Amino acid sequence: MRTSLRMLCIVAVAAMAGATSTAVAQDAAAAADPWPDLAQSIFKDHALLDGSGVIAIEMPYRAEDAAIVPLTFRSTLPADDPRQLRAVTLVIDQNPSPVAAVFTFGPKAGVSAISTRVRVDSYTNVHAVAELSDGKLYMVKTFVKAAGGCSAPAAKDGGEAQANLGEMRLRQFAPPATAGAPREAQLMIRHPNNSGLQMDQVSHLYVPAFYIDDLKVWQGDDLVFAMEGGISIAENPSIRFTYTPNGATSFRARAADIDKHVFKGEWPAMGM
Amino acid sequence: MSAVGPSYSEQPRRARCLRWTAYAITAVVSLIASFAQSLGAPQRVSPLAVSEVAPGVFVHIGAIALMNRENEGAIANVGFVVGSNSVAVIDTGGSVQEGRELLAAIRLRTSKPISYVINTHMHPDHVFGNAAFANMGAVFIGHKNLPNSLTTHGRYYLANFQDLLGRALMADVKIIAPTQTVDGSLDVDLGDRRLTLQAWPTAHSDNDLTVLDHRSGTLFAGDLLFVRHVPVIDGSLKGWLRVLDELARVPAQRVVPGHGPPVTQWPQSLADERRYFECLAADLRTAIRRGIQMTTAVKTACAVEREHWELFDAYNGRNATAAFAELEWE
Repeated sequence: MRTSLRMLCIVAVAAMAGATSTAVAQDAAAAADPWPDLAQSIFKDHALLDGSGVIAIEMPYRAEDAAIVPLTFRSTLPADDPRQLRAVTLVIDQNPSPVAAVFTFGPKAGVSAISTRVRVDSYTNVHAVAELSDGKLYMVKTFVKAAGGCSAPAAKDGGEAQANLGEMRLRQFAPPATAGAPREAQLMIRHPNNSGLQMDQVSHLYVPAFYIDDLKVWQGDDLVFAMEGGISIAENPSIRFTYTPNGATSFRARAADIDKHVFKGEWPAMGM
Repeated sequence: MSAVGPSYSEQPRRARCLRWTAYAITAVVSLIASFAQSLGAPQRVSPLAVSEVAPGVFVHIGAIALMNRENEGAIANVGFVVGSNSVAVIDTGGSVQEGRELLAAIRLRTSKPISYVINTHMHPDHVFGNAAFANMGAVFIGHKNLPNSLTTHGRYYLANFQDLLGRALMADVKIIAPTQTVDGSLDVDLGDRRLTLQAWPTAHSDNDLTVLDHRSGTLFAGDLLFVRHVPVIDGSLKGWLRVLDELARVPAQRVVPGHGPPVTQWPQSLADERRYFECLAADLRTAIRRGIQMTTAVKTACAVEREHWELFDAYNGRNATAAFAELEWE
């Protein structure tokens, strides 16, 4: 049910590399709606039920910066609903690699919301498909106008993320003032997350993709979340998440990129 | 003989021959011109309006606007410097049409060869005119990071501007990478006229290059300096603040910004930019410290600066977004 994200990404990149003209993102927007085919290839024959009352997705209607577009999804299940969020797949329909990420959650972690940043190539629908503990899939969507003009979904500093490759931070936010509101933390990692869809001006060879494809965060021994990521995640991936503290004394993170670099971090857990 | 001159048969054969040759040439030239037109070559090219800000230093001040069909993408300042032997072009504009108009402006004033086309950085309003200067022996030169940046950004620029500028203006635009790059600084000589090209650490972009004409003390600052037009952060806020300190030390008599009118109060003219960047840094650091999410923080950052800048609403949110993501790492 959860797709092989890497397979989809490889196919997408190969198709783009084979294109003879420079990819015209706006032309893609003018083409037929890609969602039915995407849904079929990602979710096969599983029914995608209406996600209202289950999950919500929040993105700006008009992106300020095509390279850093904030995206939040959150569970809207009522407090007494026994079902839990098990996984969420994010699809940016018009992006060259539409499956932006697949998040899976530790069963005890209490992840109810995730905020991250994505690249948006052109005007597009963005779908969030949640898998609940009942095994069913629930879908919501939103529409984003990509920032255009001289805002490109590309790195602002070609050398910087490379120089600090793999540096991680875990920001832990103070317990919220509102009783019952969830605890939040944010994992950040330096990585250019290059899409690999660019042709070098001098050599005319395609610059290879280089991005974080696997990220996991644990509280003690318990998985909080895992992310299978792709080229639609913005440079220096950042994931802000809600969680239920389990009393563990530390958080751990492990990230790997497609060149098999592995980066690790460990931080003492902020007090309850 | 008739009163109006010799009849056709009476004219010397050589004159007749010359006349028919002239007709033939005119016909062929018209055929070529209309064929070229049908291929999307420009209509009549009127020379770009330029001011001579110092002897031999010419500048066209771009419109303070977003790039569109009506302004032909001509929103950046472009210019040229004439030496005893050759000419250096500094940025080529937001369309090949503008590039051709700039070339026409150069040719109105000098027939010296163009030795260098200097791109101050990769943004479309500064490089889309490059194709107008191809195949004339000029060396395209830029920051050492310019080729990579054109690679990572170029295809998006070409796609994004199809609608904004329209097919006719975009048809001839090509991404032309520099064949010579600058790491640190490099002097070029136009014939008794030395220009110093300086590559800067990431600020407005990751490939900012300035040009100093020593004879006149004119500094082409590229987009390291914005006047009236709100600065656009497409590199690093903190990097730009550091660069401003060093830029202030360049001994310039006048500075041509990337956008807005040239200034002679130097380095005082950097004060507005510095104030804007410090405002962004302060507002966003406060939001980050309070755990406020990016989407919320960028909506209200530096509203107080709106009255000081043109196109503020077009770019402030974007500036705040980039700066927020950068400052989070502190």
